[in-house]
Amino acid sequence: MRQLTYVQAIHEAHRQAMARDPRVFLIGQGLWSPWYAGGSLENLDREFGRERVLDSPVSENAVTGMAVGAALAGMRPIVFHPRLDFLLLAMDPLINQAANWSYLFAGQSSVPLVIRAVINRGGEQGAQHSQALHAMFMHVPGLKTVMPATPADAKGLLLAAVEDPNPVLYIDDRWLYNQTGPVPEELYRIPIGEAAVRRVGRDVTIVGISWMAALALEAADVLAQQGIDAEVIDLRSLKPWDQVRVLESARKTGRVIVADGGWRTAGAAAEIAATVAAEAFHDLHAPVERVTLPDTPAPSSRAEEQAYYPQPSAIVEAVWRALGRRVGAAA
Amino acid sequence: MLLIRRAEEAIAEMCESGEVRCPCHFSIGQEAVAAGVSAALVPEDTVWGGHRSHGHYLAQGGSLEGLFAEVLGKTAGCSGGRGGSMHLMAPEQGILGTVPIVAGTIPLAAGAALAYKLRGEARVAVAFFGDGALEEGSVHETLNLAALYKLPMIFVCENNLYSSHLHWSERRVADNLDQAGAFHSVPGLRVDGNAVEDVFEAARQAVARAKSGAGPSFLECRTFRWRGHVGASSDEDVGVHRRGELAEWLECDPIRRAEDRLAMDLESHRAGIDQEIDRALGAARRASAPEAGRIGEHVCAS
Repeated sequence: MRQLTYVQAIHEAHRQAMARDPRVFLIGQGLWSPWYAGGSLENLDREFGRERVLDSPVSENAVTGMAVGAALAGMRPIVFHPRLDFLLLAMDPLINQAANWSYLFAGQSSVPLVIRAVINRGGEQGAQHSQALHAMFMHVPGLKTVMPATPADAKGLLLAAVEDPNPVLYIDDRWLYNQTGPVPEELYRIPIGEAAVRRVGRDVTIVGISWMAALALEAADVLAQQGIDAEVIDLRSLKPWDQVRVLESARKTGRVIVADGGWRTAGAAAEIAATVAAEAFHDLHAPVERVTLPDTPAPSSRAEEQAYYPQPSAIVEAVWRALGRRVGAAA
Repeated sequence: MLLIRRAEEAIAEMCESGEVRCPCHFSIGQEAVAAGVSAALVPEDTVWGGHRSHGHYLAQGGSLEGLFAEVLGKTAGCSGGRGGSMHLMAPEQGILGTVPIVAGTIPLAAGAALAYKLRGEARVAVAFFGDGALEEGSVHETLNLAALYKLPMIFVCENNLYSSHLHWSERRVADNLDQAGAFHSVPGLRVDGNAVEDVFEAARQAVARAKSGAGPSFLECRTFRWRGHVGASSDEDVGVHRRGELAEWLECDPIRRAEDRLAMDLESHRAGIDQEIDRALGAARRASAPEAGRIGEHVCAS
């Protein structure tokens, strides 16, 4: 099958969504810039016109609110936030309004809206340009959250999000933009709420989220050389998340590592670990391990960044702990 | 106007008796703003409101029974009993949503206006909000965006001089809300909000401007609420001393003024309106409460 990069897959999903449905339009920052969105929206303004591809002033709150209103008036907007950090300026329209709307009005109307926000970690950008805040949004009823880790999912989840009658937060990670993989040419959807088993194994389950799903596969290769057969699940959707697939794997292997590129306290990994501990308790042979960021803001200096962001070795060590092996005792 | 007045008085009585438990914010004394603006709209136009929106809902023709059932928390309510007084909807009447986050629906109304513009529809979106909303940042963002994109939108500020318990002079240096849009090139107009014909005329011109493609307008409608920020009583009981002001504004009753200035005989409608209120209230009281077992429904649309 044809190979695309992650960022090319996002671009293609936008093109196909806009070509297929005149209700779809884009609004947000950097849409007319060749570099702002990392190439993921390049030339869409030329192809579809600047009326449908609105490069907006830096008014995150009102722009997101306008997208909510346009969705309620029959459109299918995609709002683009080049950095997830700036989405914090739009919490009212996203949470108070969009996420509550269907419930508040007993299903009489809902907000078919995609909010695309990019995690932009690393690069010595520091605490306000690098945050992975997905767990905050996972907390909110009525808001779906997806985090694709492969090019095929980057396309299929975006197309599913555009067609969903609810607000969907689509979070992509710049560190994944150059990953390549097979991507079907036709328009297709990856169902929201379904995880993917990326590697079948019997000794331990590693649940990875977004960038950490990619690292989990690297860790699994290392573990395989040590005779440890890891199952890797790419969660893909955070809300709703695929409890069935994760619990099935947990019951099979009896050991679970959750690898998430967000903070530890009350993070996505904590929620998954708690569910696994409660629902699969009698099948577990070891406590559920979490591999996360430490509970500190993102540092800037390269030296500190290297300590901040987990490497595949952190996942390998967590697996060793789950297996009762001494950390540092390489096979 | 009289329907709004009488319906809100009926709800206020139920608040006092304890039959209505959800927080209710009354627009008694401000009815001319809703009535005047709605009279300038056609059915395709849409209206967005806030926490004090019974009047907007009724002026647009929202069902009385739906309003009463909503404040009573019944499934027959206009929001299925999920919203209460502060969250009203009547899509068929152009009420796309009223919600109590201050200024919350202002960007939403702009979004609806953007949808109409993108689709080439001759429709206008109206955002109603109070003077306190001007102290939220999103209003200023939205004014700029609405002007930039020439959105068919009307910002209707109901300046009742108080934001909750704070008089405007405790929140601002100058009494100049009509200029709020000027910096963003949105023309503003100060209107006597208790003169329904003045509100209507200003709204009519703003609608014409919006539908001609010239962009948004900002109307500051000066008015006064007779009751407290929330609940049935005037708010002297919670330490807000508006007694002198209130006495003056009671003399400026928008309903009596309409009768005097327009030679309208609203009182002759009173018996019919009261009958309709009794009927709707009876039906709302008989309607069933939501079943607790269905609490999980409609979190997401399917």
